[in-house]
Amino acid sequence: MKLDLDPEYEAFRAEVSETLAKNRHLAPKSEDKGYKNARRIAWQKLLIEHGLAARTIPKAYGGYGGEPDILKARIIAEEFARTRTPGPMAGQGISMLVPTLLELGTEAQKQAYIRPTIEGEMIWCQGYSEPGAGSDLAALRTSAVEDGDHYVINGSKIWTSTAKQADMIFCLVRTDPTAKKHEGITYITFPMSTPGIEVRPLVDMTGSANFNEVFFTNVRVPKSGVIAKPNIGWQVANATLTHERGMLGDPNATKARFLELVTLMKDESVNGQRLIDNPHLRDRLMKLQSEVYAMQANGLRITTSRLKGEPAGLAGLIVKLNGCDLNHEIARLAIDALGELGILYEDGEHLRADGSWQWRYMYDLGLIIGGGTAQIQKNIIAERGLDMPREPKLAKA
Amino acid sequence: MEFALSEDQRLLQDSLKGVLAGAASLDQIRKIAVGDADASNALETALADFGLASLLVPEDAGGLGLGLLDACLVQEALGYHIAPSAFLANALTATALGSYPDLLNLIAAGDAKFGLAVTEMTSRRDGAGLSLAKGKLSGKSLLAMNVEGATHLLVADNDAHLHVVEAIKDVVQMRTIDKTRAFHEVKYAGSKPVASPETGDRFLAVARLLIAADTLGAAQAMIDKAVAYAAERQQFGRVIGSFQAVKHMCAEMAAKLEPGRALVWHAAHALDIGDSEGPVMANLAKSYMAEAGTFIARTSTEVHGGMGFTDLVGLHYWYKRIGVNRQLFGSPEQARETAAELQDLLA
Repeated sequence: MKLDLDPEYEAFRAEVSETLAKNRHLAPKSEDKGYKNARRIAWQKLLIEHGLAARTIPKAYGGYGGEPDILKARIIAEEFARTRTPGPMAGQGISMLVPTLLELGTEAQKQAYIRPTIEGEMIWCQGYSEPGAGSDLAALRTSAVEDGDHYVINGSKIWTSTAKQADMIFCLVRTDPTAKKHEGITYITFPMSTPGIEVRPLVDMTGSANFNEVFFTNVRVPKSGVIAKPNIGWQVANATLTHERGMLGDPNATKARFLELVTLMKDESVNGQRLIDNPHLRDRLMKLQSEVYAMQANGLRITTSRLKGEPAGLAGLIVKLNGCDLNHEIARLAIDALGELGILYEDGEHLRADGSWQWRYMYDLGLIIGGGTAQIQKNIIAERGLDMPREPKLAKA
Repeated sequence: MEFALSEDQRLLQDSLKGVLAGAASLDQIRKIAVGDADASNALETALADFGLASLLVPEDAGGLGLGLLDACLVQEALGYHIAPSAFLANALTATALGSYPDLLNLIAAGDAKFGLAVTEMTSRRDGAGLSLAKGKLSGKSLLAMNVEGATHLLVADNDAHLHVVEAIKDVVQMRTIDKTRAFHEVKYAGSKPVASPETGDRFLAVARLLIAADTLGAAQAMIDKAVAYAAERQQFGRVIGSFQAVKHMCAEMAAKLEPGRALVWHAAHALDIGDSEGPVMANLAKSYMAEAGTFIARTSTEVHGGMGFTDLVGLHYWYKRIGVNRQLFGSPEQARETAAELQDLLA
């Protein structure tokens, strides 16, 4: 057990902290909203140049070209959080498509897509889920039929975030309807400007459209967009799903939210009493703190496993389930602590924290369901973590 | 950075579990629960031979000088096998008596055995409690542990100050839901303390952390038993572990327990290196494991169906171990309030 870092890493931390302090005035401000905002793109390029974004992406594709180093990546994330500096761009293109291209893309695909994606000039959306294929993703039916050196795509996708803004889509389509369900799928990329694509925003319980439905009617796309080979799309997609699960339930993000809740409960008073001085609310707060601390310690265990190149086992399998639930519970206590004012939303004189707790209480429920539902997570924990038997397959009717 | 057990620590826990698999098998525990002195003595001897008494005593006082993380691993193994033991009382005493090398020497040599009468530190009741007047202690402690065969008692007075007194004869056993561990009421009629250590926040933090580690072990055993039972028991023509209803109960248990393990390790390490957050983490660990343990104790029993409720599988010993641990050294609510206090969150 040794939680302090070697001097080399402490020096690295000081270096990161200094770079952030020196350049902070160039960071995007709250008015710099939206994709392809000039200041956000300039900031992203500056971060890449200093090795604080796209750190392990090779120089040839526009990255910083650093060696993979889990501790350095962690230090960078911690320094952004500690200094409250706007961090690197995220999104499905950067977090899911780019790692896939690096592993399985052709040289031409890497050259064409990686640099603009990591610099924020090219936005991607992910076409996986369908109305009839949610938890059972491999049941997807969107078809791609060969026509010379093109495919013609028909079908629809759902839960597609950033579809309105996206330049490109990475998409799972069925290229062999006669094969077993996991074996006839192809992973393909194509421009969202291709004729025959319609995007309909999907308004959710938060009141805004965080996701979309995407409809394909005779969409002709070149075969050169296929990643790896046709009909092995399931394996290609699984490489990136691992990246997605890692993002949901990050304990450091949860701790940051918990600290916001502590601030709220210290600053806000009801009947002249600070919320934190109400023993019922304080007890709930401390219970959440025990869970936040436990998930942080669990995160340290996972980091150690990754450093040793060992599988993290149960400690890793529970992160999405526990982390998303904990985020939801933190928002719930914030709303309960606000009492009647907890129902305010959108705007108004008495609204607290711009209504972000109410928004999170709703949006975080979406994350409990999305990215592999809580029930699918429990199946995974039981089957892979506890070696319990799989559900027997139903006999074909 | 490395957040993991060392090879030595894994070895310590594995070899202790090996000893306990024999000396604290369920058959032996059943005998101990009905007062079989031979079974109790056999377990006590096996643990003494293993060297548990001197584990936390510093090396210069003749002990092994191991840390709290090691102690948590030992306590976890004891909890896993629901083994009654003097370890907790001795380990806790050893951490409290840093400035009393003579007493530490006695513990390390196995010549002193400490009972623990500190319930009054967290919950003093009407008709109980003890006060210090003119250098002598008078009154009553409830739910004192490891009193039988003790040479000394570590006691807490009404002002939560600790004292060491020599063994007291005036004791009455208090029956609890847990038949494997003995609890007593102790009466003092002017006992003169032989030591009065000052320990600050640390004593209660260590006590709560060790009991959290005990629950961690007991809860892990209950998960292992539920998963094993679900893999054997058949209903509707298939093993019940293949039903999602049962699998999800097991997954929920594992999802609650694993972060608790990491928190116990983290708190123990923080206390070992003198990190100022150590006492906060230890109190949070007590709260976390009390809540997770309660959930696991209930859920594992339900996975076992009607069998879980009977004496036949003996699951109730673990259920009661976890239930008693939840109340010891303060309820989870009290541990959370201590954590809040330590962080200056109270008005």
